[in-house]
Parts: sequence; structure tokens; C-alpha cells
Amino acid sequence: MAFTLYALIQTAILFTNAIAVLHEERFLSKIGWGAEQGVGGFGDDPGIKAQLLNLIRSVRTVMRVPLIAVNSVCIVLLLLFG
Amino acid sequence: MMEYPNQSGFRQLPQVRMRGSAMEPSDPTQLFDDTSSGVNKHEPGRVGKSPDVFSGQNLLSDPMSNLAMAYGSSLASHGKEMMDKNLDRFIPISKLKYYFAVDTVYVGKKLGLLVFPYMHDNWEVNYQQDTPVAPRFDINAPDLYIPVMGFITYVLVAGLALGTQNRFSPEILGIQASSALVWLIIEVLAVLLSLYLVTVNTDLTTIDLVAFSGYKYVGMIVGVVAGLLFGRMGYYLALLWFCASIFVFTIRTLRLKILSEAAAEGRLVRGTKNQLRMYLTMAIAAAQPVFMYWLTFHLVR
Repeated sequence: MAFTLYALIQTAILFTNAIAVLHEERFLSKIGWGAEQGVGGFGDDPGIKAQLLNLIRSVRTVMRVPLIAVNSVCIVLLLLFG
Repeated sequence: MMEYPNQSGFRQLPQVRMRGSAMEPSDPTQLFDDTSSGVNKHEPGRVGKSPDVFSGQNLLSDPMSNLAMAYGSSLASHGKEMMDKNLDRFIPISKLKYYFAVDTVYVGKKLGLLVFPYMHDNWEVNYQQDTPVAPRFDINAPDLYIPVMGFITYVLVAGLALGTQNRFSPEILGIQASSALVWLIIEVLAVLLSLYLVTVNTDLTTIDLVAFSGYKYVGMIVGVVAGLLFGRMGYYLALLWFCASIFVFTIRTLRLKILSEAAAEGRLVRGTKNQLRMYLTMAIAAAQPVFMYWLTFHLVR
């Protein structure tokens, strides 16, 4: 299977976009993955679900602005070069 | 680019031939162009300055050329230190040097350990005041020399294997290299993600994980070479041996880093946390043979 670095970059951008479009109150809270529901236990063992929710929330907060820039660049490049 | 600016008021001096020995017109370097009009410094802003300096002196004693060389070397050193400073922010160069501090004895012993890890009993990394000892002094320390060499050799051996089947072209080398690199990156990211999710407090750095993921290239190379020499049966046998040994090697190395001390000594410690960590170690170790097979099976027919 011939993977190129370009395919990896594409995959990364698509994954990050997918995480960024998960809506907080319409979707995540409905399935019990809301941001405030994960921080229940303050022991030393947050558990996998809390870590995952933390990760999703932090990715969405951190990557929102850079994703705008990266997506714009991708749009321009794809328009120009097909 | 050969410039011959015509400066009519200029005496053409025979001594310009002394400037550098490579005066033939085919020499592409600018500094030694046979500019018969006498202007030899093709630097910006210096064309046509002080013509009387060129009278009868060779290149190195020109004050102007001295100035030019001093300026050029200061520019180069300034650029180099700026680049070093900026590069150090992204790739920690000083930390990388630790991973390449190896010698022949270490490489030999480590390769032997990769082939036959069953007799080795002390897998702990020795520490020296909170920093790990350099690989030269401790066989259990991870290094980057073997993975890098293994990667390059794998790409070359893949090219060789494809060449024997008449499927070779120069682009194949690049495709194989980038494909293997992408799988390496994916594997390291997956391990990092799973380590984060299981909240393991470990001192495994990213470079350590790259090193541990790179040790499987040794087995892949031997497998492909065995497949070239002895056909498919040789390939399968060699791969089987190295899959088992890399499995054991990975488990024994990672067990000390991921599990807590009590569980790492072999005693059974109950509790979901340790169980989860054990599953994680086994999953990482089981992924190695899968990758070894995935990256080599298309090379051996």
C-alpha cells in the first residue's frame, strides 16, 4: 500500500476537521459525551472516557483557528491545481 | 552567468591571470571568471569599484577581496547561528545527540539482543543522576542509530527485491521510503494517543518511541534477504523467528517503563489500572509483527 506523506497530511486535516465539527450541545451532550460530564472524578485516575472527552474538547478549542487557516489554504490550492 | 561588462576606460592588465588558477571559460564559479575587463568581484554593489586596486596583486591580498571574504564569512556564521537557534525549537538537537552516542560494541550487542532476547535478564536502564546513561555504556538504553540505519537499509533492500522481480524504477525507492515513514509516524502517533488515554506516567519520550518502533526494521531486512536467497519458505521462517523475538523484546522493554514497579517485577498485582497497562503493552508488542509482515510481504514473491 503506497502511502505518501501528502496522504498523511490529508488524513490529519480530515480527522481534525471531523473532530472540530462535533457540536457541543446538539450532539455531544445528547450522547453523554458533553464537556462537563467527563470531569466527574477528581481522583488520580480519570479513566479512559474522561480522557477522551478532554482530548476532544481541547482539540476543538485549540485547533479551531489554525483549522480555518489550513482549510482556506487547502481550498485555494485545490481550486488552483485540481 | 558570465558577465563581461565593457568598461572602456580600463586598462586591461595581464596580472588578472594570477587570480585563481581556474581561469578557463568553462569554470562556472563566478569568482574565477575570466572577465577580461578586469572586474572580478561579482557581488552586489561592488562592480566597478576601485579599479586601481587590481594592479598587480593576486586575489588574497586585495583589501577589497579581504573585505568581501570577511563579510561573507560573518554573514554565513550569523545565518548559521540563527538557523541553529530556530531549529532547536522544533527538533531538540542536543537531545538527539544522546541517541547517537553509540559505538561498535553497543551496536553488536544490541543486534544480538534483537535476534535473541530470551537469555537477557536485566532490562533496566541505568540512570546517572536522573538522566539515562548514554547508549554506549548501557545496552538497555534506546538509540536512534540502529533504527535510522535499519530504515535506510530496508529501503535499499526493498529496491533490490523489487529489482530481482523486474518491478524496479527509481521512483519506487522514494515511494517505499515515504510509505514506510508514514506507517512509522502513524504507529508512533497511535502509541502516543493510547499512552495519553491510559494516563500512564512514564518517562518515555517521543524519540524513545520512534527508536522502539524502528527496531523492527532489522527483522524485516533479514526476512527479505532470506526471502531473496531461499524463496518464500526462507522468508516465512526468518519472519516468524524475528516476529517472536521482537514481540518478546518489546514486551520486556516496555514493561519496565509502562507498568508500575510492583507489576513489572512479575508479581501479579490486581487492579484494573495495571491490567489496562498490561493490555496496552501487549497491544503495542503485537502491532510490531503485524507491521513487519505488512511492510514486507509484497516484496517477496
